[in-house]
Amino acid sequence: MTATIEPEVGKSRRRKEDERLITGRTRWTDNITLPGLLHMAVLRSPFAHAKIVSIDTSAAKSAPGVIAVYTAKDLDPDGSVGMPCAWPITPDMKAPRRPVLASDTVNFAGEGVAVVVARSSAEAHDALEEIDVEYDELPVVLDMEAAIADGAPLVHEDLGTNTSAVWKFDSAEAGTGGNVEDAISSSEVVLKRRFRQQRLVPAFMEPRACVVDPTSTQITMWSATQVPHILRVMSALTLGIPEHKLRVIAPDVGGGFGGKIGVLPEEMMSLLVAQKLGKPVKWNETRSETMLAAHHGRDQIQDITISATRDGQVTGLKVELLANLGAYNGLVGPGVPILGAFMFNAIYKIPAYHFACTNVYTTTTLTDAYRGAGRPEATFAIERIMDELAVELGMDPMELREKNWIKHEEFPFTTVCGLTYDSGNYEAATEKAKQLFDYDGLRAEQEKRRASKDKVQLGIGISTFTEMCGLAPSRVLGSLDYGAGGWEYASIRMLPTGKVEVTTGASAHGQGHETAWSQIVADQLGVAFEDVEILHGDTQSSHKGMDTYGSRSLVVGGIAVIKAAEKVIAKAKPIAAHLLECAEDDLEFAGGKFTVKGTGTSTTMGDVALAVFAAHNLPDGVEPSLDSDATFDPENFSFPHGTHLCAAEVDTETGRIKLRSYVCVDDVGVAVNPLIVEGQVHGGLAQGIAQALFEGTEHDESGTLTTGTFADYLLPSAADLPSFTTDRTETPSTTNPLGAKGVGEAGTIASTPAVVNAVIDAVRHFGVDDIEMPLTPMRVWHAIQHGTTDAGGPGRGEAGGGLGSIDATGGAQ
Amino acid sequence: MRITVTVDGTKYTDEVEPRTLLVHHLRERLGKVGTVVGCDTSNCGACTVHLDGHSVKSCSVLAVQADGCEVTTVEGLARDGKLHPVQQAFHDNHALQCGFCTPGMIMQSIDLLADNPDPDEQAVREGLEGNLCRCTGYQNIVRAVRDAAQQMSPGAGPEAERIAENKHVGVGGD
Ligand code: FES
Ligand code: FES
Repeated sequence: MTATIEPEVGKSRRRKEDERLITGRTRWTDNITLPGLLHMAVLRSPFAHAKIVSIDTSAAKSAPGVIAVYTAKDLDPDGSVGMPCAWPITPDMKAPRRPVLASDTVNFAGEGVAVVVARSSAEAHDALEEIDVEYDELPVVLDMEAAIADGAPLVHEDLGTNTSAVWKFDSAEAGTGGNVEDAISSSEVVLKRRFRQQRLVPAFMEPRACVVDPTSTQITMWSATQVPHILRVMSALTLGIPEHKLRVIAPDVGGGFGGKIGVLPEEMMSLLVAQKLGKPVKWNETRSETMLAAHHGRDQIQDITISATRDGQVTGLKVELLANLGAYNGLVGPGVPILGAFMFNAIYKIPAYHFACTNVYTTTTLTDAYRGAGRPEATFAIERIMDELAVELGMDPMELREKNWIKHEEFPFTTVCGLTYDSGNYEAATEKAKQLFDYDGLRAEQEKRRASKDKVQLGIGISTFTEMCGLAPSRVLGSLDYGAGGWEYASIRMLPTGKVEVTTGASAHGQGHETAWSQIVADQLGVAFEDVEILHGDTQSSHKGMDTYGSRSLVVGGIAVIKAAEKVIAKAKPIAAHLLECAEDDLEFAGGKFTVKGTGTSTTMGDVALAVFAAHNLPDGVEPSLDSDATFDPENFSFPHGTHLCAAEVDTETGRIKLRSYVCVDDVGVAVNPLIVEGQVHGGLAQGIAQALFEGTEHDESGTLTTGTFADYLLPSAADLPSFTTDRTETPSTTNPLGAKGVGEAGTIASTPAVVNAVIDAVRHFGVDDIEMPLTPMRVWHAIQHGTTDAGGPGRGEAGGGLGSIDATGGAQ
Repeated sequence: MRITVTVDGTKYTDEVEPRTLLVHHLRERLGKVGTVVGCDTSNCGACTVHLDGHSVKSCSVLAVQADGCEVTTVEGLARDGKLHPVQQAFHDNHALQCGFCTPGMIMQSIDLLADNPDPDEQAVREGLEGNLCRCTGYQNIVRAVRDAAQQMSPGAGPEAERIAENKHVGVGGD
């Protein structure tokens, strides 16, 4: 009698990770303490752009508790160290050296100028004030358009330009579609808009930190990083530390959202300082430092042109971006807009496409990956302009989308960018979302409120989306000049007691890998969920990997686990046959048991593991080990999608916005753990809604960040957000054996345009067709008052305009 | 200055600098690293503990102000190997992801429930306004707090009685 074993994949398992996190028995980097530990603090430039005339550290050196004070001269005397950039997007990309500490000039407010090492963190911070730096201010360069104008002051004199690179994709040249200029000139309707993606702070809750212990034969570095493996390689390459002499550990990490993907100058400083002193050193930043010096996200100006026929068939799409890199290139910063390049066409069949992006240096904190990286920006632009196009055509925005999207039966579908979407069912997700939302009922209410000139108007926002998840295919990444591959690694060790140790190169920072991977392994090997332990985030135990970003963990790392499990089973099979005295072909493996076909005779995976450990009776030539590892490099990305609907109430007298309801139906393929999927969607929605309504950095004209604390930068609290209605459809991915598609970024990508579309829809009859994000009550009120959209504050360009911006070369004439 | 603070039931007497914040005293001197620091402006709530039964942001209290007081941290909530119902509810409702805000969220939630044993959604949201979470979108946290309220309500069975009786566990101890 074999009991049917319920599969683990698909179960809403509560998380294994939780126990330590809810009881406070965690290992945050800041909790690490070592004998003789010293503390490092960084002196940061108050100016956005200045020449360093002199630095006097003598007073600081004799301050209480201070062990040492270093400037660039001390840490990098020959100026040879440059922070790495792994994504030189064009062969001629202009890349300034980013030093570990600024030596001649500072290029953004917050750039490190000196470090103090002291016995306590408080003493180190006190001593910072004793350092005397003389600066000679240089002109700041804050605005991207001004930065690329002739005669603009240069961020880096030696580059001779503020343009880092121009990257283009053209469907006619690539042979993936038509010529966009032809499409635009021959179409009945052409619409041109400018959107701005404000600069955001990733705002992980745990500030960045690292501890370096150089006191053994190997240097150990703990870091609050998303990328321990990449950090090890990059540290080795940057500082010349032999890689095998460096162990990097990412212990419990308190959120990342792309914000902890960088290789940090502070990490390099800690390594250099610890080696110099021969003592363990900790750096733990304050929140204000995080806001200033950890990379920011988004910050693009998007000029979009879309062309269509009068009856709503989109004929072409042209995208011109300006992307603000800040003062330097981040680890993957230059590539972030490129990730978006492939997503502007979204779920639509667009026959002609042109994309060009200019990456610009300014004297601001650098930008790099932030949840979704490039794809939220792209989705925002296309979903906003689809709404505007619907208005111009007098069509329901949903109808316009339906008319243009790829139909379920058309998958796999190769897009105008050359990507092949493996599977999708936009109809099903949309239908479900509409029902949950009561689309028709809300539209009727909207009519009524409009007719009665209600003080509170109602708007409905739609956002459909897809993204490319699972940042992998190494070959594709190579073709985009990304410096590394996109494979992932896993290993499985069967222990003598039948328990299982699994390592994964995908290092988690809140996503629940320990739980999801345990579910996968339990199904593969037929062992109990509780009997699986997942090790990650330590280059010594999980010795290979590409880490966690871009919703790649499950669809790449999870599959590596499956591949490793398949190998373990293959290794166990001849041993089981030997133990059961039968031919291998007579065995079948199911539910963790090898059974002789047609008999009840069986042995479990655990029995085989014990037999291997004892090694008394193994087939000839078989090694006594039941371990295996695997690397998985997928052939294609995966493409989750979804339909998000938002109902927003706008008080027309105050500009206040209330999200009345938010419904989304996401299709992330097979959900390994629906509970975790739901949690990821919630968190993503909060971040996307926050971009629409609350968040945005601001600088004053001298380049000082005026939103430098949580008191000034509006991170939403529970009181600022509504409850969401989330649901799923399930169209398995066909590019991986799990059928999973990835979920980490979905909510963020789709929600920003859904909310903005809803608010614009609520007040459109006042003549409003755009409001710059974040949609503060002041901006909304101002837009209503003026009936145009130039009320958005700084940054809105002429191309935006009011309704008059519609450039109808055909139908409107 | 010499201060005596009882933390999670253990009495500690120490010399502290007048400027030392309670959170640093807890973390650095007493090794109570379950309470964490997320900001330097008292905005995030990650450092929330109970001081004589009421939630405080321990980054805005000086250690010397806690002299003679009882402090409960997230590490002192579980009793006899059993999680506090709010901890249990956070686990049951997937109310945490990275977990960094979680100690503060749990401590604040317990205080909220002590004030209002049956909060509606809005009351929970407002009660947690001073605690930021970047991962969860708050929905499951709200769910967890309301779930814990159910579990802790009088008449909800023997387990709840025990919890109700032990309510002091979460609000400062005695
Ligand atoms: S650390 Fe205390 S409120 Fe942020
Ligand atoms: S769970 Fe990560 S900040 Fe709340």
